[in-house]
Amino acid sequence: MNKRRFKDVFASKLMFLLCVFVLSLAFLMAFGLYQRSKPILAIKSVKELLFSSKWHPTQGQFGLSSFIAGTFWVTAIAMLIAVPLSILTAVFLSEYVPKKVREWIKPVIDLLAGISPVVYGVWGIIAIVPLVRDYLMPFFSEKLPFFPFASDNYTGFTALTGGIVLAVMVFPIIISIVEEVVRSVPFEIREASLALGATKWQTVKYAVLRKARPGIMAAIILGLSRAFGETMAVLMVAGCSLHGFPKSIFDTAYPLPALIANTYGEMMSIPLYDSAVLLAALFLLVVTVLFNMLGWGLLLYVERRES
Amino acid sequence: MDKRKIEENIFKILMIFSTSIVVGSLILILVTIFLKGFPALNLDMLIKTPKGGYYLGKEGGILNAILGSIVLGIGATFLALLISLPLVFYLNLYLKKNSRFALLVRFLLDVLWGIPSIVYGAFGFIVMIFLGLQASLLAGIITVALLILPIMSRSIDEVLKMIPFELKEASYALGATKLETALKVVFRQALPGILTSILIAFGRGIGDAASVLFTAGFTDSLPHSLFRPVATLPLAIFFQLGTPFPEVQERGYASAFILTIIILIISIASRILTRRFTRNIVK
Repeated sequence: MNKRRFKDVFASKLMFLLCVFVLSLAFLMAFGLYQRSKPILAIKSVKELLFSSKWHPTQGQFGLSSFIAGTFWVTAIAMLIAVPLSILTAVFLSEYVPKKVREWIKPVIDLLAGISPVVYGVWGIIAIVPLVRDYLMPFFSEKLPFFPFASDNYTGFTALTGGIVLAVMVFPIIISIVEEVVRSVPFEIREASLALGATKWQTVKYAVLRKARPGIMAAIILGLSRAFGETMAVLMVAGCSLHGFPKSIFDTAYPLPALIANTYGEMMSIPLYDSAVLLAALFLLVVTVLFNMLGWGLLLYVERRES
Repeated sequence: MDKRKIEENIFKILMIFSTSIVVGSLILILVTIFLKGFPALNLDMLIKTPKGGYYLGKEGGILNAILGSIVLGIGATFLALLISLPLVFYLNLYLKKNSRFALLVRFLLDVLWGIPSIVYGAFGFIVMIFLGLQASLLAGIITVALLILPIMSRSIDEVLKMIPFELKEASYALGATKLETALKVVFRQALPGILTSILIAFGRGIGDAASVLFTAGFTDSLPHSLFRPVATLPLAIFFQLGTPFPEVQERGYASAFILTIIILIISIASRILTRRFTRNIVK
């Protein structure tokens, strides 16, 4: 074997090893987090840890359920705002707008994806917190004083604030995937629908969106998973103080990622605390990996079906 | 006007409304950060490190965090590139087009891309303890490199997929090995795209805070050793806003302005690079 051939074979083996590293990375992460959360799993049941709402680290009580509820609450608000707006925008960009306008708007949306989460947090504090405190909260809690609007938190640092900021953060993900999926719908389908006398919107609604449905589902799942794990922005605007389950969009919420980020200073000083926090990270990892596998799997399925 | 036309118009208005909100929110973010941050900005912030009592409103600047973020970002990008470049070459040159293995690796990269940065931070923390490191520049670099690995690999992958097959065939026909083709033909052809991917990954790495919170620590001094803690810009913003003093919070806004400008520059630079280099490329 000559030298050049040897180099080639050697390099390919090395590259293969890197592939194996990437393949095993998610498992490595799960394994590492599991190893470190073992001490708490040894003395408490998973059921107690995930479903109890008693969080008193100094007394050895580590119930994560109110944080998990906080995560779901904020994520749900974010998705309620982001999903309709993103899908409408994506359809508008791919079906209605001339190419030139689209090429101008797309980079703007990409830019939205590049902004630092902390900058989103700063924006939330400057713009959204006063909006919620001075306008939305007084209006809703006066006019509609019942679930999910009644609250006695007048600070502006609320689940809704976190939800709004998160919604803006997941716009780019949902829009770019939906746009791609919608544009991959064969042109003939639109032509057939239009030839039957359907209006443009009817074509979009009955032909294009129906064909694109699995892809849109995937986009929503992936956006959801991004919102689920977002940390810093939510930590800065959602209030993050704990009093049980959030009962209103104007209550503070304390999502799981924010809990992990908040404990970095004190984690090592209380027994089992680090274990509980790393268990929370493991939970986040498992949930987001499952969501992502589902989302990307759906997109792969769509791609396969097309070809 | 018949019912269908009304429905058509209602949805058209809704779509225009949604697009304005999406584009408007970006403009709103940039305008707010500029309006709040720019007036609070002064030269001291850019060229001084925090003096005692900086977080209580005394004088100083955040040069430590600006430099720290840049050093950490460059280190992490370099490390991520060392892994992703060979990886992506392998996927595109060594494996067959419909290889199931390549499909699996791409799928897992997408999944990794979706894992929240705080989880990378927690994992980096475990690795750090495992290796016996403290919170340090090195630990931060490793963590952020893992965080940006998926986004970098996937975007370089997209670039390499675009390379015409004829080009590789021509190289093979001349007797070049796959490695030689990768380094001398494909790499050169893909360079602008690779540079863009590097810039995107760098921008992502420099802006992330949750992953460095546990691993890079924070310090008032300039970055000087791989094994010492390092300050980062997003965390500096976070800490300054966390203080109860309005004048320190103002500086937080100014720091957010600096970070946004850095990310804007990176993003515009990557666009210009793409345009400039594509001129010399075989189509």
